[in-house]
Amino acid sequence: MITNFVDAFKFIFRNGQIPGQPHFTTLTYYALGTLKVTLIAMAISLVIALPLGVWLGHRHRGSFIAINIGNIGRALPSLVVLAIASAFLGIGLNEVLVALVVLAIPPIVTNAYVAIDEVDRDLVDAARGMGMTDWQVLRQVELPVAIPLLMAGVRTATLFVISTTTIAAFAGYGDSLGEVVANEASYHLYGLLGASICIAALAMAIEVGLALLQRALTPVPLRRAEALAMTDETLVPALSGV
Amino acid sequence: MNPPLLIGAGGPVIPNFGGSSHQFACEKANRLFCWDWFNHNWSTTLWPALRQHVVLVVIAVALGFAVSMGLALLAHRYRRTEQPMIAFTSFLYTIPSLAFFELLVGIPALGLSFWTAEIPLIAYTLLILFRNILAGLRNVPTEVLDSARGMGMSRRQMLLQVELPLALPAIIAGLRIATVSTVALATIAAVVDNQGLGVPIISGIDNYYFKTELIAAGVLAVLLAIAADSLLVGTKRLLTPWTRTRAV
Repeated sequence: MITNFVDAFKFIFRNGQIPGQPHFTTLTYYALGTLKVTLIAMAISLVIALPLGVWLGHRHRGSFIAINIGNIGRALPSLVVLAIASAFLGIGLNEVLVALVVLAIPPIVTNAYVAIDEVDRDLVDAARGMGMTDWQVLRQVELPVAIPLLMAGVRTATLFVISTTTIAAFAGYGDSLGEVVANEASYHLYGLLGASICIAALAMAIEVGLALLQRALTPVPLRRAEALAMTDETLVPALSGV
Repeated sequence: MNPPLLIGAGGPVIPNFGGSSHQFACEKANRLFCWDWFNHNWSTTLWPALRQHVVLVVIAVALGFAVSMGLALLAHRYRRTEQPMIAFTSFLYTIPSLAFFELLVGIPALGLSFWTAEIPLIAYTLLILFRNILAGLRNVPTEVLDSARGMGMSRRQMLLQVELPLALPAIIAGLRIATVSTVALATIAAVVDNQGLGVPIISGIDNYYFKTELIAAGVLAVLLAIAADSLLVGTKRLLTPWTRTRAV
Protein backbone atom coordinates (compact mmCIF):
# COMPACT_ATOMS: atom_id res chain seq x y z
CA MET A 1 0.00 0.00 0.00
CA ILE A 2 2.69 2.45 1.05
CA THR A 3 4.83 1.70 -2.00
CA ASN A 4 1.97 2.51 -4.37
CA PHE A 5 1.65 5.97 -2.91
CA VAL A 6 5.38 6.54 -2.54
CA ASP A 7 5.77 5.74 -6.24
CA ALA A 8 2.88 8.08 -6.98
CA PHE A 9 4.67 10.97 -5.27
CA LYS A 10 7.91 10.10 -7.06
CA PHE A 11 5.94 10.23 -10.30
CA ILE A 12 4.49 13.63 -9.44
CA PHE A 13 7.91 15.19 -8.91
CA ARG A 14 9.99 13.29 -11.44
CA ASN A 15 7.64 12.54 -14.30
CA GLY A 16 9.09 13.05 -17.72
CA GLN A 17 8.30 15.34 -20.57
CA ILE A 18 5.72 14.86 -23.24
CA PRO A 19 7.17 14.81 -26.78
CA GLY A 20 6.52 18.21 -28.32
CA GLN A 21 5.94 19.82 -24.94
CA PRO A 22 9.56 20.25 -23.82
CA HIS A 23 8.90 22.91 -21.21
CA PHE A 24 6.56 21.00 -18.97
CA THR A 25 6.55 17.66 -17.21
CA THR A 26 3.60 15.40 -17.97
CA LEU A 27 1.58 16.28 -14.90
CA THR A 28 2.27 20.02 -15.11
CA TYR A 29 1.16 19.99 -18.71
CA TYR A 30 -2.07 18.16 -17.94
CA ALA A 31 -2.71 20.19 -14.78
CA LEU A 32 -2.43 23.39 -16.83
CA GLY A 33 -4.78 21.85 -19.39
CA THR A 34 -7.31 21.04 -16.65
CA LEU A 35 -7.00 24.57 -15.29
CA LYS A 36 -7.45 26.12 -18.74
CA VAL A 37 -10.63 24.17 -19.54
CA THR A 38 -12.01 24.86 -16.05
CA LEU A 39 -11.38 28.60 -16.33
CA ILE A 40 -12.90 28.94 -19.80
CA ALA A 41 -15.95 26.86 -18.86
CA MET A 42 -16.51 28.83 -15.66
CA ALA A 43 -16.09 32.17 -17.46
CA ILE A 44 -18.74 31.24 -20.04
CA SER A 45 -21.08 29.80 -17.40
CA LEU A 46 -20.77 32.85 -15.16
CA VAL A 47 -21.49 35.25 -18.02
CA ILE A 48 -24.66 33.32 -18.87
CA ALA A 49 -25.89 32.15 -15.47
CA LEU A 50 -25.08 34.95 -13.02
CA PRO A 51 -27.04 37.77 -14.73
CA LEU A 52 -29.95 35.39 -15.31
CA GLY A 53 -30.15 34.19 -11.70
CA VAL A 54 -29.55 37.66 -10.25
CA TRP A 55 -32.16 39.27 -12.52
CA LEU A 56 -34.80 36.62 -11.76
CA GLY A 57 -34.10 36.96 -8.04
CA HIS A 58 -34.22 40.75 -8.18
CA ARG A 59 -37.61 40.64 -9.91
CA HIS A 60 -38.75 37.73 -7.66
CA ARG A 61 -39.89 36.00 -10.80
CA GLY A 62 -39.55 32.53 -12.31
CA SER A 63 -38.92 30.75 -9.01
CA PHE A 64 -40.20 27.48 -10.46
CA ILE A 65 -37.69 27.51 -13.32
CA ALA A 66 -34.83 28.92 -11.28
CA ILE A 67 -35.17 26.33 -8.53
CA ASN A 68 -35.96 23.35 -10.72
CA ILE A 69 -33.08 23.95 -13.10
CA GLY A 70 -30.86 23.24 -10.10
CA ASN A 71 -32.70 20.01 -9.32
CA ILE A 72 -32.46 18.81 -12.90
CA GLY A 73 -28.79 19.75 -13.06
CA ARG A 74 -28.12 17.61 -10.01
CA ALA A 75 -29.76 14.58 -11.62
CA LEU A 76 -27.74 14.82 -14.86
CA PRO A 77 -24.83 12.37 -14.79
CA SER A 78 -21.75 14.25 -16.01
CA LEU A 79 -20.42 11.21 -17.87
CA VAL A 80 -23.65 11.06 -19.91
CA VAL A 81 -23.62 14.77 -20.74
CA LEU A 82 -19.99 14.48 -21.87
CA ALA A 83 -20.61 11.33 -23.90
CA ILE A 84 -23.71 12.73 -25.60
CA ALA A 85 -21.88 15.98 -26.41
CA SER A 86 -19.10 13.90 -27.99
CA ALA A 87 -21.57 11.69 -29.88
CA PHE A 88 -23.49 14.58 -31.42
CA LEU A 89 -20.90 17.36 -31.65
CA GLY A 90 -17.58 15.54 -31.85
CA ILE A 91 -14.46 15.39 -29.72
CA GLY A 92 -12.50 18.50 -28.87
CA LEU A 93 -12.18 21.49 -26.60
CA ASN A 94 -15.34 23.27 -27.80
CA GLU A 95 -17.47 20.15 -27.46
CA VAL A 96 -16.24 19.53 -23.92
CA LEU A 97 -16.91 23.17 -23.08
CA VAL A 98 -20.54 22.78 -24.19
CA ALA A 99 -20.97 19.84 -21.80
CA LEU A 100 -19.22 21.65 -18.94
CA VAL A 101 -21.30 24.80 -19.39
CA VAL A 102 -24.51 22.74 -19.42
CA LEU A 103 -23.45 21.19 -16.11
CA ALA A 104 -22.18 24.41 -14.48
CA ILE A 105 -25.11 26.71 -15.23
CA PRO A 106 -27.80 25.08 -13.01
CA PRO A 107 -26.12 25.48 -9.59
CA ILE A 108 -25.06 29.06 -10.39
CA VAL A 109 -28.55 30.13 -11.55
CA THR A 110 -30.35 28.46 -8.64
CA ASN A 111 -28.04 29.82 -5.96
CA ALA A 112 -27.95 33.33 -7.43
CA TYR A 113 -31.75 33.33 -7.62
CA VAL A 114 -32.25 32.12 -4.06
CA ALA A 115 -29.52 34.44 -2.71
CA ILE A 116 -31.06 37.60 -4.19
CA ASP A 117 -34.68 36.50 -3.74
CA GLU A 118 -34.19 35.88 -0.02
CA VAL A 119 -32.60 39.22 0.81
CA ASP A 120 -34.63 40.75 3.66
CA ARG A 121 -37.54 42.68 2.08
CA ASP A 122 -37.40 45.29 4.85
CA LEU A 123 -33.83 46.04 3.86
CA VAL A 124 -34.81 46.52 0.22
CA ASP A 125 -37.81 48.67 1.20
CA ALA A 126 -35.59 50.83 3.39
CA ALA A 127 -33.16 51.27 0.51
CA ARG A 128 -35.97 52.27 -1.84
CA GLY A 129 -37.34 54.64 0.82
CA MET A 130 -33.94 56.34 0.86
CA GLY A 131 -34.49 57.09 -2.82
CA MET A 132 -32.18 54.47 -4.29
CA THR A 133 -32.76 53.53 -7.89
CA ASP A 134 -33.44 49.95 -8.90
CA TRP A 135 -29.85 49.52 -9.99
CA GLN A 136 -28.49 51.01 -6.77
CA VAL A 137 -30.66 48.68 -4.70
CA LEU A 138 -29.29 45.71 -6.60
CA ARG A 139 -25.69 46.88 -6.62
CA GLN A 140 -25.41 48.33 -3.11
CA VAL A 141 -27.90 46.32 -1.06
CA GLU A 142 -28.95 43.01 -2.58
CA LEU A 143 -25.66 41.84 -4.10
CA PRO A 144 -23.44 42.47 -1.05
CA VAL A 145 -25.91 40.71 1.25
CA ALA A 146 -26.33 37.83 -1.20
CA ILE A 147 -22.60 37.19 -1.73
CA PRO A 148 -22.17 34.15 0.56
CA LEU A 149 -25.02 32.12 -0.92
CA LEU A 150 -24.29 33.29 -4.44
CA MET A 151 -20.64 32.31 -4.08
CA ALA A 152 -21.65 28.92 -2.69
CA GLY A 153 -23.27 28.24 -6.08
CA VAL A 154 -20.17 29.40 -7.94
CA ARG A 155 -17.99 27.16 -5.78
CA THR A 156 -20.23 24.14 -6.27
CA ALA A 157 -20.19 24.72 -10.01
CA THR A 158 -16.39 25.09 -10.07
CA LEU A 159 -15.88 21.82 -8.21
CA PHE A 160 -18.30 20.18 -10.59
CA VAL A 161 -16.41 21.53 -13.61
CA ILE A 162 -12.96 20.40 -12.38
CA SER A 163 -14.36 16.98 -11.58
CA THR A 164 -16.05 16.72 -14.99
CA THR A 165 -13.02 18.02 -16.90
CA THR A 166 -11.04 15.04 -15.65
CA ILE A 167 -13.88 12.62 -16.42
CA ALA A 168 -13.89 14.03 -19.98
CA ALA A 169 -10.85 11.83 -20.66
CA PHE A 170 -13.21 8.85 -20.60
CA ALA A 171 -15.40 10.52 -23.21
CA GLY A 172 -12.47 11.19 -25.53
CA TYR A 173 -11.10 14.61 -24.51
CA GLY A 174 -7.49 14.08 -23.49
CA ASP A 175 -6.07 17.46 -22.49
CA SER A 176 -6.61 17.12 -18.76
CA LEU A 177 -5.23 15.15 -15.82
CA GLY A 178 -7.96 12.61 -16.52
CA GLU A 179 -5.93 11.52 -19.53
CA VAL A 180 -3.32 9.97 -17.21
CA VAL A 181 -6.04 8.32 -15.12
CA ALA A 182 -7.77 6.91 -18.20
CA ASN A 183 -4.52 5.37 -19.50
CA GLU A 184 -3.32 3.10 -16.77
CA ALA A 185 -1.70 0.94 -19.43
CA SER A 186 0.77 3.73 -20.26
CA TYR A 187 1.16 5.41 -16.89
CA HIS A 188 0.81 2.43 -14.52
CA LEU A 189 -0.88 2.48 -11.14
CA TYR A 190 1.59 4.99 -9.69
CA GLY A 191 0.92 7.44 -12.54
CA LEU A 192 -2.79 7.05 -12.06
CA LEU A 193 -2.45 7.66 -8.32
CA GLY A 194 -0.11 10.62 -8.89
CA ALA A 195 -2.56 12.22 -11.30
CA SER A 196 -5.45 11.59 -8.90
CA ILE A 197 -3.53 13.30 -6.10
CA CYS A 198 -2.89 16.27 -8.41
CA ILE A 199 -6.58 16.48 -9.36
CA ALA A 200 -7.62 16.50 -5.70
CA ALA A 201 -4.93 19.07 -4.80
CA LEU A 202 -5.95 21.30 -7.72
CA ALA A 203 -9.62 21.17 -6.69
CA MET A 204 -8.78 22.06 -3.12
CA ALA A 205 -6.46 24.90 -4.10
CA ILE A 206 -9.20 26.41 -6.28
CA GLU A 207 -11.80 25.93 -3.54
CA VAL A 208 -9.60 27.72 -1.01
CA GLY A 209 -8.96 30.50 -3.56
CA LEU A 210 -12.68 30.97 -4.07
CA ALA A 211 -13.32 30.99 -0.32
CA LEU A 212 -10.77 33.80 -0.01
CA LEU A 213 -12.36 35.63 -2.97
CA GLN A 214 -15.74 35.33 -1.27
CA ARG A 215 -14.30 36.88 1.86
CA ALA A 216 -12.78 39.72 -0.14
CA LEU A 217 -16.11 40.37 -1.88
CA THR A 218 -18.11 40.41 1.36
CA PRO A 219 -18.38 43.99 2.70
CA VAL A 220 -16.29 44.48 5.84
CA PRO A 221 -19.25 45.20 8.19
CA LEU A 222 -20.91 41.95 7.10
CA ARG A 223 -17.76 39.87 7.53
CA ARG A 224 -17.95 39.46 11.27
CA ALA A 225 -21.50 38.12 11.10
CA GLU A 226 -20.44 36.10 8.11
CA ALA A 227 -17.46 34.58 9.87
CA LEU A 228 -19.76 32.20 11.72
CA ALA A 229 -21.63 31.05 8.65
CA MET A 230 -18.48 30.95 6.59
CA THR A 231 -16.77 28.36 8.71
CA ASP A 232 -19.56 26.10 7.47
CA GLU A 233 -18.51 26.58 3.89
CA THR A 234 -14.84 27.27 3.80
CA LEU A 235 -12.35 24.50 3.49
CA VAL A 236 -9.43 26.23 5.13
CA PRO A 237 -9.88 24.42 8.45
CA ALA A 238 -10.17 21.14 6.60
CA LEU A 239 -6.89 21.66 4.86
CA SER A 240 -4.99 22.75 7.92
CA GLY A 241 -6.17 19.59 9.63
CA VAL A 242 -5.00 17.26 6.91
CA MET B 1 -7.28 14.98 -30.92
CA ASN B 2 -6.28 11.59 -29.63
CA PRO B 3 -9.09 9.16 -28.89
CA PRO B 4 -7.50 7.19 -26.03
CA LEU B 5 -10.31 4.68 -25.68
CA LEU B 6 -9.84 3.37 -29.16
CA ILE B 7 -6.16 2.65 -28.70
CA GLY B 8 -5.47 -1.03 -28.33
CA ALA B 9 -9.11 -1.91 -28.82
CA GLY B 10 -8.09 -3.76 -31.96
CA GLY B 11 -11.61 -3.14 -33.15
CA PRO B 12 -12.99 -3.48 -36.64
CA VAL B 13 -12.17 -0.85 -39.21
CA ILE B 14 -15.85 -0.35 -39.92
CA PRO B 15 -17.35 0.99 -36.73
CA ASN B 16 -19.45 -1.60 -34.98
CA PHE B 17 -21.82 0.65 -33.05
CA GLY B 18 -23.76 -1.22 -30.41
CA GLY B 19 -21.08 -3.89 -30.38
CA SER B 20 -23.32 -6.81 -31.33
CA SER B 21 -22.44 -9.48 -33.89
CA HIS B 22 -25.59 -9.11 -35.96
CA GLN B 23 -26.39 -5.46 -36.37
CA PHE B 24 -29.71 -3.77 -36.88
CA ALA B 25 -29.96 -1.24 -39.69
CA CYS B 26 -30.53 1.68 -37.35
CA GLU B 27 -27.64 0.44 -35.22
CA LYS B 28 -25.26 0.43 -38.17
CA ALA B 29 -26.31 3.95 -39.10
CA ASN B 30 -25.97 5.10 -35.47
CA ARG B 31 -29.28 6.93 -35.71
CA LEU B 32 -30.60 9.04 -32.85
CA PHE B 33 -32.36 6.16 -31.14
CA CYS B 34 -32.44 2.54 -32.33
CA TRP B 35 -35.46 0.88 -30.73
CA ASP B 36 -34.50 -2.53 -32.16
CA TRP B 37 -31.19 -2.42 -30.33
CA PHE B 38 -32.91 -1.18 -27.18
CA ASN B 39 -35.44 -4.04 -27.16
CA HIS B 40 -32.77 -6.58 -27.99
CA ASN B 41 -30.41 -5.44 -25.23
CA TRP B 42 -32.88 -4.44 -22.55
CA SER B 43 -32.88 -7.73 -20.68
CA THR B 44 -29.18 -8.51 -21.16
CA THR B 45 -27.54 -5.11 -20.65
CA LEU B 46 -29.75 -2.27 -19.54
CA TRP B 47 -32.03 -3.93 -16.99
CA PRO B 48 -29.17 -5.62 -15.06
CA ALA B 49 -27.24 -2.32 -15.11
CA LEU B 50 -30.27 -0.50 -13.75
CA ARG B 51 -30.69 -3.04 -10.96
CA GLN B 52 -26.99 -2.82 -10.02
CA HIS B 53 -27.31 0.95 -10.05
CA VAL B 54 -30.19 0.82 -7.59
CA VAL B 55 -28.14 -1.43 -5.29
CA LEU B 56 -25.12 0.91 -5.49
CA VAL B 57 -27.26 3.94 -4.64
CA VAL B 58 -29.35 2.32 -1.90
CA ILE B 59 -26.28 0.99 -0.07
CA ALA B 60 -24.44 4.31 -0.43
CA VAL B 61 -27.34 6.41 0.84
CA ALA B 62 -28.26 3.96 3.62
CA LEU B 63 -24.71 3.73 4.98
CA GLY B 64 -24.14 7.45 4.42
CA PHE B 65 -27.30 8.16 6.36
CA ALA B 66 -26.29 5.89 9.23
CA VAL B 67 -22.85 7.52 9.51
CA SER B 68 -24.28 11.06 9.20
CA MET B 69 -26.94 10.34 11.80
CA GLY B 70 -24.28 9.15 14.22
CA LEU B 71 -22.08 12.18 13.54
CA ALA B 72 -25.03 14.58 13.79
CA LEU B 73 -26.24 13.14 17.10
CA LEU B 74 -22.71 13.44 18.44
CA ALA B 75 -22.41 17.05 17.23
CA HIS B 76 -25.85 17.79 18.65
CA ARG B 77 -24.82 16.52 22.06
CA TYR B 78 -21.26 17.87 22.05
CA ARG B 79 -21.20 21.16 20.14
CA ARG B 80 -17.43 21.26 20.06
CA THR B 81 -17.29 18.32 17.65
CA GLU B 82 -19.35 20.16 15.02
CA GLN B 83 -16.59 22.21 13.41
CA PRO B 84 -14.15 19.32 12.85
CA MET B 85 -16.97 17.20 11.41
CA ILE B 86 -18.05 19.93 9.01
CA ALA B 87 -14.43 20.47 7.99
CA PHE B 88 -13.95 16.75 7.41
CA THR B 89 -17.14 16.21 5.39
CA SER B 90 -16.44 19.35 3.31
CA PHE B 91 -12.94 18.05 2.67
CA LEU B 92 -14.31 14.73 1.37
CA TYR B 93 -16.80 16.60 -0.81
CA THR B 94 -14.01 18.60 -2.47
CA ILE B 95 -12.21 15.54 -3.86
CA PRO B 96 -13.18 15.20 -7.54
CA SER B 97 -15.03 11.93 -8.08
CA LEU B 98 -12.63 10.34 -10.56
CA ALA B 99 -9.64 11.05 -8.31
CA PHE B 100 -11.48 9.70 -5.27
CA PHE B 101 -12.39 6.41 -6.97
CA GLU B 102 -8.91 5.95 -8.40
CA LEU B 103 -7.07 6.79 -5.17
CA LEU B 104 -8.84 3.90 -3.47
CA VAL B 105 -7.63 1.59 -6.23
CA GLY B 106 -4.14 2.22 -4.86
CA ILE B 107 -5.08 0.53 -1.58
CA PRO B 108 -4.41 -3.18 -2.21
CA ALA B 109 -7.22 -4.35 0.09
CA LEU B 110 -9.69 -2.48 -2.09
CA GLY B 111 -8.27 -2.52 -5.62
CA LEU B 112 -10.96 -2.71 -8.27
CA SER B 113 -13.84 -3.83 -6.10
CA PHE B 114 -17.39 -3.10 -5.05
CA TRP B 115 -16.26 -1.15 -1.99
CA THR B 116 -13.90 1.00 -4.04
CA ALA B 117 -17.01 2.11 -5.89
CA GLU B 118 -19.10 2.38 -2.75
CA ILE B 119 -16.81 4.32 -0.37
CA PRO B 120 -16.64 7.59 -2.37
CA LEU B 121 -20.40 7.45 -2.97
CA ILE B 122 -20.94 7.13 0.79
CA ALA B 123 -18.41 9.89 1.49
CA TYR B 124 -20.14 12.35 -0.85
CA THR B 125 -23.50 11.94 0.92
CA LEU B 126 -22.03 12.84 4.33
CA LEU B 127 -21.75 16.61 3.88
CA ILE B 128 -25.36 17.24 2.91
CA LEU B 129 -26.88 14.61 5.23
CA PHE B 130 -24.84 15.64 8.27
CA ARG B 131 -25.67 19.32 7.78
CA ASN B 132 -29.36 18.75 7.22
CA ILE B 133 -29.83 16.37 10.14
CA LEU B 134 -27.98 18.73 12.47
CA ALA B 135 -29.86 21.79 11.16
CA GLY B 136 -33.14 19.91 11.65
CA LEU B 137 -32.27 19.01 15.25
CA ARG B 138 -31.05 22.53 16.03
CA ASN B 139 -34.14 24.22 14.63
CA VAL B 140 -36.55 22.59 17.04
CA PRO B 141 -38.14 25.57 18.88
CA THR B 142 -36.96 26.09 22.45
CA GLU B 143 -40.57 26.30 23.74
CA VAL B 144 -41.20 22.80 22.43
CA LEU B 145 -38.10 21.48 24.16
CA ASP B 146 -39.06 23.27 27.37
CA SER B 147 -42.55 21.77 27.34
CA ALA B 148 -41.09 18.33 26.68
CA ARG B 149 -38.75 18.76 29.60
CA GLY B 150 -41.63 20.11 31.70
CA MET B 151 -43.59 16.95 30.95
CA GLY B 152 -40.77 15.04 32.58
CA MET B 153 -39.29 13.53 29.42
CA SER B 154 -35.82 12.08 29.65
CA ARG B 155 -33.12 13.17 27.21
CA ARG B 156 -33.62 10.00 25.21
CA GLN B 157 -37.40 10.43 25.08
CA MET B 158 -36.99 14.03 23.95
CA LEU B 159 -34.69 12.98 21.15
CA LEU B 160 -36.84 10.12 19.90
CA GLN B 161 -40.30 11.60 20.44
CA VAL B 162 -39.75 15.32 19.92
CA GLU B 163 -36.52 16.33 18.24
CA LEU B 164 -36.15 13.65 15.57
CA PRO B 165 -39.80 13.81 14.39
CA LEU B 166 -39.62 17.60 14.14
CA ALA B 167 -36.32 17.35 12.26
CA LEU B 168 -37.83 14.95 9.70
CA PRO B 169 -38.60 17.54 6.99
CA ALA B 170 -34.98 18.76 7.02
CA ILE B 171 -33.65 15.19 7.14
CA ILE B 172 -35.74 14.11 4.16
CA ALA B 173 -34.78 17.25 2.24
CA GLY B 174 -31.16 16.19 2.76
CA LEU B 175 -31.91 12.61 1.73
CA ARG B 176 -33.50 13.87 -1.50
CA ILE B 177 -30.44 15.88 -2.52
CA ALA B 178 -28.07 13.10 -1.46
CA THR B 179 -30.01 10.41 -3.34
CA VAL B 180 -30.40 12.36 -6.58
CA SER B 181 -26.73 13.30 -6.70
CA THR B 182 -25.65 9.75 -5.82
CA VAL B 183 -27.69 8.37 -8.73
CA ALA B 184 -25.77 10.70 -11.06
CA LEU B 185 -22.38 10.05 -9.44
CA ALA B 186 -22.76 6.29 -9.38
CA THR B 187 -22.37 6.22 -13.18
CA ILE B 188 -18.69 7.08 -12.67
CA ALA B 189 -18.27 4.16 -10.28
CA ALA B 190 -18.23 1.90 -13.36
CA VAL B 191 -14.66 3.09 -13.94
CA VAL B 192 -13.47 1.09 -10.91
CA ASP B 193 -16.11 -1.61 -10.63
CA ASN B 194 -18.05 -3.00 -13.57
CA GLN B 195 -21.46 -2.17 -12.16
CA GLY B 196 -24.42 0.08 -12.74
CA LEU B 197 -25.53 2.37 -15.53
CA GLY B 198 -21.99 3.59 -16.05
CA VAL B 199 -21.25 0.25 -17.76
CA PRO B 200 -23.53 0.79 -20.78
CA ILE B 201 -22.40 4.44 -20.91
CA ILE B 202 -18.72 3.50 -21.10
CA SER B 203 -19.48 0.72 -23.57
CA GLY B 204 -21.47 3.22 -25.66
CA ILE B 205 -18.42 5.50 -25.69
CA ASP B 206 -16.12 2.57 -26.55
CA ASN B 207 -18.43 1.56 -29.38
CA TYR B 208 -17.68 4.75 -31.30
CA TYR B 209 -20.19 6.91 -29.41
CA PHE B 210 -23.16 4.64 -30.02
CA LYS B 211 -25.99 7.12 -29.45
CA THR B 212 -28.77 4.67 -28.55
CA GLU B 213 -26.81 3.17 -25.68
CA LEU B 214 -25.70 6.56 -24.34
CA ILE B 215 -29.19 8.02 -24.49
CA ALA B 216 -30.86 4.90 -23.08
CA ALA B 217 -28.50 4.72 -20.09
CA GLY B 218 -28.61 8.48 -19.53
CA VAL B 219 -32.40 8.60 -19.61
CA LEU B 220 -32.59 5.61 -17.26
CA ALA B 221 -30.29 7.37 -14.80
CA VAL B 222 -32.35 10.56 -14.86
CA LEU B 223 -35.63 8.60 -14.55
CA LEU B 224 -34.19 6.66 -11.62
CA ALA B 225 -33.25 9.93 -9.93
CA ILE B 226 -36.76 11.32 -10.47
CA ALA B 227 -38.38 8.10 -9.22
CA ALA B 228 -36.21 8.02 -6.08
CA ASP B 229 -36.95 11.68 -5.44
CA SER B 230 -40.72 11.16 -5.80
CA LEU B 231 -40.54 8.20 -3.45
CA LEU B 232 -38.86 10.38 -0.81
CA VAL B 233 -41.40 13.17 -1.31
CA GLY B 234 -44.18 10.60 -0.79
CA THR B 235 -42.44 9.27 2.33
CA LYS B 236 -42.21 12.78 3.68
CA ARG B 237 -45.93 13.36 3.16
CA LEU B 238 -46.72 10.13 5.00
CA LEU B 239 -44.34 10.73 7.89
CA THR B 240 -44.97 14.42 8.48
CA PRO B 241 -48.72 15.00 8.11
CA TRP B 242 -48.51 18.17 10.24
CA THR B 243 -46.48 20.00 7.60
CA ARG B 244 -49.40 19.72 5.20
CA THR B 245 -51.95 21.38 7.44
CA ARG B 246 -49.72 24.32 8.19
CA ALA B 247 -50.40 27.14 5.75
CA VAL B 248 -47.26 28.16 3.91
